[in-house]
Amino acid sequence: MVKKLPRKDVVVVGFGWTGAIMANELTDEGLDVIAIERGPWRDAPTDFPPTYMQDELRYRVRHELFLRPDQLTFTFRNTMSQTALPIRSWGAFMPPNGVGGGGVHWNGEMWRFLPSDFVLKTHLTERYGESFLPSDMTIQDWGVTYDDLEPHYDRFEYLCGTSGTAGNLGGGIQEGGNPFEGPRSRPYPTPAQQQPFSHTLFGKAARELGYKPFPQPSGNLSQAYTNPLGMRLGPCTYCGFCEWFGCSNYSKASPQTTILPYLIRKSNFSLRDNSEVIRINLDRAGRHATGVTFVDSSGDEWEQPADLVILSAYALFNVQLLLHSKIGQPYDPVTNTGVVGRNYTHQTVSTVNGFFDNKKFNFNPFIGSGSIGMCIDEFNGDNFDHGPLGFVGGGYVGQVQTGARPIESTLVPPGTPRWGVDWKKAVKDNYLSTVKPGAGVHGSFYAYRDIYLDLDPTYKDRFGRPLMRITMDLKENEIKQNKFLTDKFAEIIKTMGAEKLAVQYRTGPYDITAYQTTHLNGGAVMGTDPKTSVLNRYLQSWDVPNLFVMGASAFPQNAGYNPTLTVGALAYWSAAAIRTQYLKSPGRLLDV
Amino acid sequence: MYRDHRARAFGLAIRLSATLVLDASAGSPDQQEFTVIERGRYVSILSDCGGCHTVAGGKPFAGGRPIETPFGIIVSPNITPDLETGIGAWSDKQFDDALRRGIGWTGVHLYPAMPYNAYTRMSSDDVLAIRAYVSSLEPVRQSRNPNTLPFPFNVRSLMAVWNKLYFTAGEFKADPSKSKEWNRGKFIVDGPAHCGACHTPKTILGGDQGDHYLQGANLQGWSAPDITNDPRTGLGGWTAEDVALYLKTGHNRFSAATGPMAEAVELSTSKMADADTLAIAIYLKTLPGKGSEGRAPSPIGDDMMAAGNAIYRDQCSACHGIEGKGVAYLFPSLGASAMVRSDDPTTVIRILLRGARSVSTKAEPTAPGMPSYGGQLDDHQIAAVLNYVRNSWGSASPAIEATDVTRVRSQVTSRAD
Repeated sequence: MVKKLPRKDVVVVGFGWTGAIMANELTDEGLDVIAIERGPWRDAPTDFPPTYMQDELRYRVRHELFLRPDQLTFTFRNTMSQTALPIRSWGAFMPPNGVGGGGVHWNGEMWRFLPSDFVLKTHLTERYGESFLPSDMTIQDWGVTYDDLEPHYDRFEYLCGTSGTAGNLGGGIQEGGNPFEGPRSRPYPTPAQQQPFSHTLFGKAARELGYKPFPQPSGNLSQAYTNPLGMRLGPCTYCGFCEWFGCSNYSKASPQTTILPYLIRKSNFSLRDNSEVIRINLDRAGRHATGVTFVDSSGDEWEQPADLVILSAYALFNVQLLLHSKIGQPYDPVTNTGVVGRNYTHQTVSTVNGFFDNKKFNFNPFIGSGSIGMCIDEFNGDNFDHGPLGFVGGGYVGQVQTGARPIESTLVPPGTPRWGVDWKKAVKDNYLSTVKPGAGVHGSFYAYRDIYLDLDPTYKDRFGRPLMRITMDLKENEIKQNKFLTDKFAEIIKTMGAEKLAVQYRTGPYDITAYQTTHLNGGAVMGTDPKTSVLNRYLQSWDVPNLFVMGASAFPQNAGYNPTLTVGALAYWSAAAIRTQYLKSPGRLLDV
Repeated sequence: MYRDHRARAFGLAIRLSATLVLDASAGSPDQQEFTVIERGRYVSILSDCGGCHTVAGGKPFAGGRPIETPFGIIVSPNITPDLETGIGAWSDKQFDDALRRGIGWTGVHLYPAMPYNAYTRMSSDDVLAIRAYVSSLEPVRQSRNPNTLPFPFNVRSLMAVWNKLYFTAGEFKADPSKSKEWNRGKFIVDGPAHCGACHTPKTILGGDQGDHYLQGANLQGWSAPDITNDPRTGLGGWTAEDVALYLKTGHNRFSAATGPMAEAVELSTSKMADADTLAIAIYLKTLPGKGSEGRAPSPIGDDMMAAGNAIYRDQCSACHGIEGKGVAYLFPSLGASAMVRSDDPTTVIRILLRGARSVSTKAEPTAPGMPSYGGQLDDHQIAAVLNYVRNSWGSASPAIEATDVTRVRSQVTSRAD
């Protein structure tokens, strides 16, 4: 029997970045907020202590911070003609779990999207014509503009203490920053991180080739910082254990280091951990959410009634919960109708490893942070003329020295034997003199009619619900885009003085087994038309107006940047709409 | 706040009759008056009544918290106005006698875990204001668990002897030669805030060692630091503003409150008026302490320092910095920490072994924590790194032996806190 809990003003489903932001904003409004988190409670000093956090085997190889696939997984196939099979070990992406969500184990790269990214369809059509776009490409405008989001980008940057060099202050281009970025209202809260040798060398080579390199904006802080909530952050120590790991140095922005200790002091906030929301409940007409149902670790079902539901889980889980709750029409690629599951995208990443003469170059590669980087943006978005190139989209490329942890940092030049004495010697010879940029090429991923999410016809989860099915492949446009970017990147690495290059293009078919990034997007996209979007421009459900859906699931397609800053800015944007408009008159903020 | 009106009306009736008995104070203020209740609320903050008389997560002032003393466990009583299990039926005189004379309402002696030897410095008006405030709270029906003091400490009448040795009754007398702030600070420190209960070392019978006033003491598995102005082991390196900020927010540019002091900050000092935390600071800064500045450092062997340095660089420097300066308001400055240099190293050893969480306050919500190293550093390694930290960056402190670490390790292993 389902047990019913006392009603709350707001229930927040999933407690990562957006759940923490929304809980903090709405408790500030005086509302009684409960957050329900599927995974465990996690706090910086007790759960990410420097005494054992730097453990590559435990956290990187054995995925300690991530969801266990036996709790919940997805099925996968490349094309609609195939039969999807369940993912039993995470590969291409890492679904987060627990308090803090992906904000715990992310690298901290804090990019704003380009102004043109938000009006992508309009912009590309005007510049190149409709026929320039692939016929099955389903990109669309966001319904929100860069100018709308600028104050909210700013808030999230100042919450995190972001370290960077401004490239465009109120329209004035700044030396040393990204000249392609949209105008920002003020500089970054802290200066860019110090750059190790490989980065300065990359910057020099890029300038020789005529580019304008700049330090990557970073949520790993260059210096101590106190955020607007009074939370203290410390300077990054460049320990090289950032992505996959929690930071106990208080130097990587996370919900734990920027919001949580402040939020839990509020008497109108509470949180349940180890409780998995399995359904958003609707009234009989299906037009109003009455709350959520969750299952605790004893297997008991609870109903949490609430006036307002904030869905703030990871992108895939948002879409899955909408499908299971029968909110919005599921997308059907055959008839091209419905919206939930439509415009699912990822990120087109690749890299080039450069092997240098170890007598001349020592990069001390273990000096690293998750988002330290020297990048160029000449080939992102529509910063360059795509006309002669035959594809759309782009990305930044850069040297991002995230560390040289022992298990995964055994790179050797192409042609080296794969085991034995010669391999060992090559590992030793190259460890200090290899440039290893991780996802050095960070390209966009646009949306297509037959790349989508729906419910699997065969496989079920532990509650007997269908697993969600991922149908995903790489299209010619993205493969061309990646080839172009990767070649440009390789040219810079070569100019740095590399003797040998290992160029790894992203090619089809899409591989679900090897890690790419955790930047999954879409499936519950925002937009201007209920026929092609699940949410309006305020992230409000078109169908159920007291439901707001956060996160990258709202991206109509993905830009050539890491998504977190835009995810956070959208949350602040949505919170502002709720605070200034929705609460005064609960209901649709926009007419259908 | 919820109130049981019937119980309160009854309590009021008893109180009226008690006033008649007391009588002498015909001109005493109305115990229902806002000004009195508000004064009592504030004096109860200065006195940190809630610290001992509330169980974490329990009803305020309902008692039941085990107080650890060198003589056994004393369980704090219920001081809500419940008639049967609380103090609702006490007369004002009984309340005053308990707080300022250590005499319980049945006429038996209280144990000085109840700091009547400090509260005696308060005025009768202060104490009756506390009474008025406590009487305004929700009565909680909660009987007290018995103390577990062994013989002979369970013989309360023996406290009469203790009182002769260690208890001087009497209200605080201002020193007209000192500033108003100094006098206010001394009153709070010696009276309601009963700082000496933890910070003044005790005799074998648990009385204050008056000649070591506020120079640090060992209790409940911690060494409470020297809070005199001693430059090496006390507050000498801090300004009065640093001290006041520490009390107000639990943090300052050098250090942070943890352990029992975190609780004192959370429940008491962070809620004090700014003028009062500053008065405390001004007073403490005038206490000369034991004058240990000139004391020659005990020589630490080069091997020990080298080993300590290596461990420090590997394990500690990421937060506390190669130069031991830390990050202001986040990671304590080990070079500027008197606690690190304390003659009694129990607390620093304990923090290394068990880790520690600093206090979260409104002004400083971050509450950074120190991880536990007890699992990965052995007693020799902990002694080495502490000897290095305690004798670097201008610090000089007595050597710590591995056996000291072993002692603290065995003490804290069995502790729940």
